[in-house]
Amino acid sequence: MKRVWLWAPFAIFITLIAVFAAGLINPSDRVVASGLVGRAVPQFALPGALDPAAGLSNQSFGDGKPKLLNVFASWCIPCVAEAPALMQLKNQGAEVVGIAVHDRPDALQKFLSENGNPYSAIGDDPQSRTQIAFGSAGVPETFVVDGSGIIRHQHVGIITPDDVPIIMAKLRAVE
Amino acid sequence: MKRILIAILLGMATPMGAFSQTNYNNVQLPDPEQERKAVELMETIRCVVCQGQSITGSNADLAADMRGMIRERIARGEKPEDIRKWLIQNYGEWVSFKPQMGGNSAPLWLLPLLALAGGVYLARSRFKNRRG
Repeated sequence: MKRVWLWAPFAIFITLIAVFAAGLINPSDRVVASGLVGRAVPQFALPGALDPAAGLSNQSFGDGKPKLLNVFASWCIPCVAEAPALMQLKNQGAEVVGIAVHDRPDALQKFLSENGNPYSAIGDDPQSRTQIAFGSAGVPETFVVDGSGIIRHQHVGIITPDDVPIIMAKLRAVE
Repeated sequence: MKRILIAILLGMATPMGAFSQTNYNNVQLPDPEQERKAVELMETIRCVVCQGQSITGSNADLAADMRGMIRERIARGEKPEDIRKWLIQNYGEWVSFKPQMGGNSAPLWLLPLLALAGGVYLARSRFKNRRG
């Protein structure tokens, strides 16, 4: 019995090495998930990024129609790559609203005329306050919000053409 | 002479006025006690962009905005721990460098106690052997 116990520290050591090696070979997911999935859209009110009157607030949600909320910026290169997929979603009947982070009207206008404008409203978030309230850690990020204003899903990073049917299905599911 | 003086004063006033409107991302709060509280909290909030750093040491825009947000909320009289709870709600336990007891982090707190208990047990049997 004592013999077996003598080997215990060695066994623990080997186990630790295996755990560390596994972590190095296969690093864990670095995606920061929002804690707001399953909860109501946080309270916010943003002026419109292009037309100050056409802003976005938590009141814009919960009108019975599910929406996609896209957090983006004109300076964000991946957002350019994402633009066609957002257009596809819009053409398939999704209502897309946007929050432009750290943006300027002229730069945003240029971005939209070059990449298309799928947004029915864009809120201007110059100091990321609303982005933080949504638990979003970067751009682009997209939230699926159901008709009663509850956040149902968060998509971190670019929506690729392959993601379009998945996002569309999520939207239909919460209709 | 008076006009020139007024022009100079106006010239000085404009940037000062603009300055007072800037955010608190990289500007200390006027009240040192509030600033101390804000920095104490910021040092234990993880930057969600760079992930290995606190927001005090990060140059990411989002981290700077979080610093500004924390300073504004402290200046409004919010408690640092309430702001921490709000951030944990938004980004998960992970965003705080001060792990709370419970659920996932329970082993982290219990392991040292278990190790200590094990050590005491081992030491005790050793002392017993020596006496015997």
